[in-house]
Amino acid sequence: MDQDKRDRDAGSGGNPPGDSWVNGLPQGRRWSGIAWSLLFLLVPVLGTATFVIAPYYNHWFPKDVSVHGRSIDDLFYFILVLTGVIFLATELILFWFMWKYDAAASSKPATYIHGSHALEVVWTIIPAATMLFLAIYQMNTWADIKMRRPRMSPSAEVVARQFEWRIRYPGRDETLGTPDDLFIVNDLHVPVDEDFLIQLKSMDVLHSFFLPNLRMKQDAVPGMKQPVWFKATETGTYDIVCAEVCGWGHYKMKGRVTIESRADFDRWLARIEAEQKATQRGPDEIPIAAAD
Amino acid sequence: MSTVTQPHAPSPATAPHDPRAPHDQAVPQRSMSLSTFLSTYVFSKDHKVIGLQFLFSTLVWFLIGGLLALAVRWQVAWPWSDVPVLGKLFAQQGGQMAPEFYTMLFTMHATVMIFLVIIPILAGAFGNFLIPLMIGADDMAFPTLNMLSYWFMWPAFFFFGVSFFVEGGAAAGGWTSYPPLSTSTVSAPGSGMGQTLWLLGLTMVGVSSMLGSVNYMTTIILMRAPGMTMFRLPMTIWAMFITAILQAFALPVLTAAGFMQLTDRLIGTGFFSPEGNIINNAMSGAGGGQPILWQHLFWFYSHPAVYIMILPAMGMVSDILTTFARKPLFGYRPMVYSIAGIAGLGFIVWGHHMFISGMNPALGITFMVATMMIALPSAVKTFNWLGTIWGGRIHYTTAMLFAISFVSMFIIGGLSGIFMAATPVDIFIHDTYFIVAHFHYVLFAGTAMGVWAGIYYWFPKMFGRTMNEFWGKVHFFLTFTFLNGTFFTMHILGAVGFPRRLADAYHYETFHHLQPLNAFMTWCAIGMVTSQIVFAINFFWSMFRGPIAGRNPWNANTLEWTAPSPPGHGNFDFQPVVYRGPYEYSVPGCEKDYLMQTDPPHPAEAAAAAAAHA
Repeated sequence: MDQDKRDRDAGSGGNPPGDSWVNGLPQGRRWSGIAWSLLFLLVPVLGTATFVIAPYYNHWFPKDVSVHGRSIDDLFYFILVLTGVIFLATELILFWFMWKYDAAASSKPATYIHGSHALEVVWTIIPAATMLFLAIYQMNTWADIKMRRPRMSPSAEVVARQFEWRIRYPGRDETLGTPDDLFIVNDLHVPVDEDFLIQLKSMDVLHSFFLPNLRMKQDAVPGMKQPVWFKATETGTYDIVCAEVCGWGHYKMKGRVTIESRADFDRWLARIEAEQKATQRGPDEIPIAAAD
Repeated sequence: MSTVTQPHAPSPATAPHDPRAPHDQAVPQRSMSLSTFLSTYVFSKDHKVIGLQFLFSTLVWFLIGGLLALAVRWQVAWPWSDVPVLGKLFAQQGGQMAPEFYTMLFTMHATVMIFLVIIPILAGAFGNFLIPLMIGADDMAFPTLNMLSYWFMWPAFFFFGVSFFVEGGAAAGGWTSYPPLSTSTVSAPGSGMGQTLWLLGLTMVGVSSMLGSVNYMTTIILMRAPGMTMFRLPMTIWAMFITAILQAFALPVLTAAGFMQLTDRLIGTGFFSPEGNIINNAMSGAGGGQPILWQHLFWFYSHPAVYIMILPAMGMVSDILTTFARKPLFGYRPMVYSIAGIAGLGFIVWGHHMFISGMNPALGITFMVATMMIALPSAVKTFNWLGTIWGGRIHYTTAMLFAISFVSMFIIGGLSGIFMAATPVDIFIHDTYFIVAHFHYVLFAGTAMGVWAGIYYWFPKMFGRTMNEFWGKVHFFLTFTFLNGTFFTMHILGAVGFPRRLADAYHYETFHHLQPLNAFMTWCAIGMVTSQIVFAINFFWSMFRGPIAGRNPWNANTLEWTAPSPPGHGNFDFQPVVYRGPYEYSVPGCEKDYLMQTDPPHPAEAAAAAAAHA
């Protein structure tokens, strides 16, 4: 404990005296202060560059083919610009302070200040107003996508199961759960430019019905019927992804959604119907997905 | 042993320690009996020893969690390719990892990092070590409880550790353990014994945290040194105090939920099993339950837990920034209030993890508004940190660099949170790498960097020696560079919609072109983990060979720097009396640029205060 006693007697925190120790702390070299501030300057520079360059390499949103997707993307861009400005401003201020207030840069003592009531009020109220605006601004979009369900009977039912999507169309009577229902796995067909309402269910564990190009995602919960609706705007074939971990085969729980004209869609339904009739079994042998 | 049997008086002011006596515990004696060794280093009731036990244990698990992360990254970058080094473990799969092994990897990576590293390293290691020292107490209020809080971690270490080796492997249902995947024993390979052990481990971590939390609250309320009013506490202690309150109120819910899941699994109670569930072609569970109930209960704890995982780091960073900017903390009270605000709002935002879970979308709106509002105290904190650096005299020590990087990275992690708080945007980015980027910026680039700042800063107090600054800066530079290479690019993956937790996503048309970017990220991750060798060598070398540090190597103000380095049993060799707040740096007219909390009143202070009021 002699060391401690020496420290106490020295009264300087026990630091070795020397020219490089100003105010008791090691005085860094100016170039190192410059180097470290430049390193932190790279954060906003490279950060912004990453977001600017990525779309040119096709590392960006998958093509949007839905009506509501546009409002999601617009909201994303709005938040990106808003947060981007704050990100650049704060990171640049941080860089500037690091550059300017390096102890090696001047011999001026640090400013003795405990805060500023006016500043606190300003930087509390402005973000509060911004966040409140953002919260209210997006409510309508959310309500459109998840709350204002189109008044129609389900166009199809999707039942998630380890590790496939079982799809059922209501058939000619347009009612699910009747003997003329059409069954298909992992191959969802959707008519373009029409509201499409899916009744989403799960047989076993949680899954999440994710259509990247339609900007739609909804967990499938066993014991619940989730309504999922969208209106596709372009024809084409896109991915269906499971986005909620559902077991070892989660990665391969892949489906495809084909968006096509009304005529093509009807033709496809008719073909499925014909195929199914050719191999029809009795009503008591309806596959398990049909059981409600 | 005399100091142990001495009652821990509620007010240490009345029971000052004999300055010569307290050291008999911390200094190894040449001839030490086994029982003395055990009571000093193993079953110690000294808060510093317990803190260091937490530190060493969590650093070991940090390494394990990091290696698990590398294995995850390997599969994401080069799916189904032979795993180097570890490939021999997968001999039956021809050297590649199986998809069920991959799901186990990401589950256990998150579990280890959250429950065995971040929560215990902040509250357990730093909370234990710092609270009594920074408030001027000789130890915690309940030393035995404190010892138990560490030893309850061992059953958790055991349960999580042994679960890797049981049939079916460790838990593989994600760290969120959503039922029915987790409650049904046939739903996945890891949902057998591994999941049961996972729940038991989680409960043990909870018991440990609860014991710690009760202790921290009592200690901070009752055992402050004379003159140490609540508003003279350093931010670290404020953060630990509010974290302890969060733990105490949120944990019981998780513990109860964990037991409900356990009984669902073991005796078929069916709290979380819906009617008529068929898993793996077998009827599952009794029915009558609701899977979403688990999500509510789980996130009611685990969202506040996110703040449990960052608030102490925020506190430590505030203290380190002031020390090396030689400047008072900007807006001390707003900083305290914003921590309290984050903690309060933290209880009513859990539903933002569940926007697309099937929860009522109208309820989602209320959670969205609360979530937007929690950005406010976070913004206030960031602005005040910038205000603290402004006009300072910055010394670029390793601890300071890590602390500044915490601020820089927390800005990214905080802002990216706004995207997912916006419910319509969350529809697209939920469960994608955007989320993974967000929480790694908060928890790794934020908390872990704050932890390193804390280690470099308090190392002299812990071991009486200083870490090597040059190698510390090398460690900082490599970690900082590689972490941004690994995690920043994840935002871009998220914008493409790249989902988390997929063993192989490249067979999807939407994602097939993302492999090169993922390979880049994996290389950065490998670099990041490898750079920790620099830290490990520096840490252990400095512990024994580093330059001897004095009591106050950084010329800081707070009470722990008045104690010997390392402090003996009982901490202080004098009775600390506090005269001022913790941040009186660069008081004009003062001959030195800091005034410790124990320094007697200084004429310059009165003049500065008068000038401020004039």
